[in-house]
Amino acid sequence: MIELVKLSKRFGSLHAVDGLSLSIQRGEVLGFLGPNGAGKSTTMKMITGFLPPTEGKITVLDYDVVQQTREAQACMGYLPEGAPLYPDMTPRGLLGFCAAARGLTGQDRKTAIGRAIERTELGGVMNQRIETLSKGFKRRVGLAQAILHDPPVLVLDEPTDGLDPNQKAQVRALIHEMSADKVVVLSTHILEEVEAVCTRATIMAEGRLRFDGTPVELRKRSRFFNSIELHLTGSSEGAGRAIEAINGVDSVQAIQTADGNNAMRIFPRDKQALLAPVTALISQRGWQVEHLFVDPGRLDDVFRVMTRDGSTEERESSSAPEGPSSLGKRETPEQLTSKS
Amino acid sequence: MNGTLVVFRREFAAYFSTPLAYVFLAFFLVLTGIYQWAFMGFYNADQASLQSLFSGLPWLFLALIPALGMRLWSEERHSGTIELLLTLPISVAQAVLGKFLAAWAFVGVALGLLVSEWVTVAYLGEPDHGVIAASFMGAFLMAGAFLAFAALVSSLTKNQVLAFVVTLVLLLVNLTVGFPGVADWLGAVLPSTLHQAIKDSSFLVRFDAISRGVLDLRDVLFFLSAMALCLFANATVVDLRKGA
Repeated sequence: MIELVKLSKRFGSLHAVDGLSLSIQRGEVLGFLGPNGAGKSTTMKMITGFLPPTEGKITVLDYDVVQQTREAQACMGYLPEGAPLYPDMTPRGLLGFCAAARGLTGQDRKTAIGRAIERTELGGVMNQRIETLSKGFKRRVGLAQAILHDPPVLVLDEPTDGLDPNQKAQVRALIHEMSADKVVVLSTHILEEVEAVCTRATIMAEGRLRFDGTPVELRKRSRFFNSIELHLTGSSEGAGRAIEAINGVDSVQAIQTADGNNAMRIFPRDKQALLAPVTALISQRGWQVEHLFVDPGRLDDVFRVMTRDGSTEERESSSAPEGPSSLGKRETPEQLTSKS
Repeated sequence: MNGTLVVFRREFAAYFSTPLAYVFLAFFLVLTGIYQWAFMGFYNADQASLQSLFSGLPWLFLALIPALGMRLWSEERHSGTIELLLTLPISVAQAVLGKFLAAWAFVGVALGLLVSEWVTVAYLGEPDHGVIAASFMGAFLMAGAFLAFAALVSSLTKNQVLAFVVTLVLLLVNLTVGFPGVADWLGAVLPSTLHQAIKDSSFLVRFDAISRGVLDLRDVLFFLSAMALCLFANATVVDLRKGA
């Protein structure tokens, strides 16, 4: 449905997007993650035909976005970054304008506006000027405008930015509900959001794709994935060394705790599951467990590693769930404690 | 519905959704009134003519049209709504034309309010209706040229105040070179072809010609082509600098 081929955008000497290739299918909800300035918004602006690419090709539903901009735009709904809207219009006026611009007239227009209002729950503010609306409502007006014509392709730049937790949940539910027969491309800073709504996660940095896979695969990239945090009370002399001897344990690091518990983090070799051997050892030695937690992996950790150490961690378009297991070893325990 | 018309309708309605339109229209009427009655002595002249009104219009437009045109594109760029507008299935040309026509129609409304003056002189005496009709036509054309230029400048910056000042200054230069005293002086110091070219491109000279009642096709074409040129440049600038 959406095909990006070696897409590049340069602003002067800045490579905002640098040779990006992606193919997105119907039913996929693709999340662009990345730090500010990674090229997420620029990519979305190019997909929606707002900015022309410096190089490369964009195809949306068989339309070449550069050559057949209006045809391509007709089948896309777009929420630009920050949801810009005409402040002196009412939501009703704005949606009417967008519907007219999209060629919807008469009964079709009424139906489309009615459905968009219902889905975004804008009913109560339809005749209020947009500048007087709260941020949450403004964002919803922006969304209503994007879904107005029930487009097969939705491009949403930070759809939940600035919303409160309830509104975020609502917008995610809306995206989820609509995603079945559409292509949805969204960008976000919120890592949890990728897991909550996306079927596919990509990380961009410096205009390039650093990761492309499922959110679960992304989590598995974390050096904390399958590591075990263990807090023992009472006498547990030499526990750390005993655990380190378990087959499959890579390293054990002590964790400073306020209550003086014997706390540690156990890192597995090759991210294998360690819960069974560790619990077996605990019951064999009769240690008192205060707290045991198998880490599902940390997205912020993966995000930082992938976007910061670009040159060393670059794995373009790799979707292999298991990466090199050297991540845990590369940093000293001090660094680790300060981050965790 | 046609994209130009859709943009036109939104823009035109936008003028009236804020106090801007009413303030503008009120200013326009007050200032034309002051000029015509206090400065030009409409009554004392004892002539059934609106020459005292139209002679002031270029200078009034000089102040008001940049104010009207400054927001056309600067505001879109500043608030980011340009992204909303240009990702709708509307071409840049349609957006440029729709916005311009809405602003021009708004000036048309302002000029329409001056028809009351026409009725007044017709009631008081026997004016040359042809001259007045030509003058209205000329004023409308001149306003269009001013506006197209203002729209072009507005597309070059996100800053409305800057757009206003630049438009005002450049239009002032354009008007001034056609002002009789200045034109004569330029004629004395510049080569005659250059002087003629400058004079020919002054909105003031063209407007004066029309408002004398001589609706020369060349003057009409001058204004229309000035608008076309500015709008073409406007569309090109919008297209090239959308992301900037």
